[in-house]
Amino acid sequence: MKNVSYIDRPNRPLFVYAVLFLAFLYVPVLFLPLFSFNDSQYIAFPIENWTLRWYRDMANNEPMLAALMNSIRVGAVASILSTFLGIFGAKAVTRYRIPGQEPIIAVIMAPLVIPGIILGVALLILINRAGITLSLYTVTLGHILVCVPFAMATLMTRFEGFDKSMEEASADLGENAWWTFWRVTLPMVFPGVLASLLLCFTISFDEFILAFFLGGTDPTLPLYMWGQLRFPQRLPNVLAMGACILLISFFVVFFSQWLVRRDPDSPKSAG
Amino acid sequence: MSESVTGAASPAEQNRPETGWRSRLRAFYHGSEALQGYTLLSPTLLVMLFSMCAPFALMVLMSFWTQIGYEFDTAATLKNYDKVFSEPVYTKLLVRSLLISASCTFATVIISYPMAYYVAFHVHRRKMIWIILMTLPFWTSYLLRIFTWKVILGFNGVINSGLIGMGLIDKPLEFLLYNPTAVVITLTHAWAAFAILPIYVSLEKIDRSLLEAATDLGDGPMARFLRVTLPLSLPGVIAATVLIFVPTVGDYVTPALVGGPDGVMLANLIQAHFGIINNWPGGSALAIVMMGIVGLIAMTYIWLTRFAVRNIE
Repeated sequence: MKNVSYIDRPNRPLFVYAVLFLAFLYVPVLFLPLFSFNDSQYIAFPIENWTLRWYRDMANNEPMLAALMNSIRVGAVASILSTFLGIFGAKAVTRYRIPGQEPIIAVIMAPLVIPGIILGVALLILINRAGITLSLYTVTLGHILVCVPFAMATLMTRFEGFDKSMEEASADLGENAWWTFWRVTLPMVFPGVLASLLLCFTISFDEFILAFFLGGTDPTLPLYMWGQLRFPQRLPNVLAMGACILLISFFVVFFSQWLVRRDPDSPKSAG
Repeated sequence: MSESVTGAASPAEQNRPETGWRSRLRAFYHGSEALQGYTLLSPTLLVMLFSMCAPFALMVLMSFWTQIGYEFDTAATLKNYDKVFSEPVYTKLLVRSLLISASCTFATVIISYPMAYYVAFHVHRRKMIWIILMTLPFWTSYLLRIFTWKVILGFNGVINSGLIGMGLIDKPLEFLLYNPTAVVITLTHAWAAFAILPIYVSLEKIDRSLLEAATDLGDGPMARFLRVTLPLSLPGVIAATVLIFVPTVGDYVTPALVGGPDGVMLANLIQAHFGIINNWPGGSALAIVMMGIVGLIAMTYIWLTRFAVRNIE
């Protein structure tokens, strides 16, 4: 009841605005799935004939399926490694009083505010000078760099949300640090870990700019799509692919956000 | 893995006889919370530090080199920087990038603020769903969110074919796509979901009793908003501004897809230096100049707003 006061009473104009805002966010994106059912190669209203053939084509599109597999591999490795780094970092900054904590967090979060192109070319120069061939490995490296800040942020919320006396109790009862981590800390932060894995996977799966600079001959799915955009006759295939990607990432991200925010004992949970 | 916070050694360790410098070192380590924290933090911090510092150091170094075919002349020279500042096209693209990015940032913050305000103050049930709904599009494919505007604004796109279908126009409107306005619209749409979170968090933090106090002291809704809510939410607005301005200046995908010749931004030129122009040192110099100017603008902005807020208070 604490939020309910005469200041917080319903505000109809603002509600209308909020609905319009959500429409602005979602309606443009919905045109992609809409036109993916269009039988014509050209995007134009009105849609004369509806079809599923662009989706059927996808199943036989070998290069696209190869790109999809590449993206899944890169995403899996990048999300696991970034979450791993995120667990270390989040536990350290939430459980220990460390001098210089703020600048350290700022360094780890820095990739959030560095333009993608700058990160991309800087990493490209390093990889080139080190004599490493561009491949899916270099893309993965770049993706880890952009995923760690999100993993840290997600996991820090979770670590802050549970009582550190649980860990102390475990230590007092004779568990060593390793077992305390496995049997107390990890189960408590597990929703955060899962959310971080899902979020990092989505980020990596959708990431284009770093993949563009650091990718070798094997394309990830966004790179493959970028290549297809040059050919107008391939447009319906891109639309069908895009519709699938949108649908899947919406569900994955919704689930991961729900995991982070749902918990009642988390101080950040809104309710 | 280090010991837990209490520093309580496990029974096994207590029973083990240890003497000399090793036990002292161990005692010192377990006694020092900061040291344990640093140990735990070190993998993450080292990976991040190395993978950012090393590339940037090399980029700075390379910006003083010269490209010869596919090789580099490593004799230090300032001519890359000289070129950046003397060629009018670079300055023109830089100014255009800053203007496009500033317009997009302004538009994003203006349209996101009322939305964040609504959810912070007027939504009481299912707040979580609203927050997720507002931020969800940000996580979905960046490329597709840009591409969708090409579909909407294009020559045969949604708007044109829709208007023709309704009989409102005879031939497609050509001014919709391939200009700076299309870039601003697309970027605003792509980043709106990102702007909301910091603004929302700062609004949510405001102590509601302050608002009630302002009302009790006779402020109307407008005065209350301008004198209490807005100043207190400024940190969120500042954060949102910087979080959007900095990355959008460096965007090259949006201008490449919807910008056309008049919407080309500096980042497209940087990308071309590492692609078809094949002049990596030149591209490095451009990237460094861009980053320096953007950083300077962002810091001046943060400093100015803080200064202004302090003076108001």
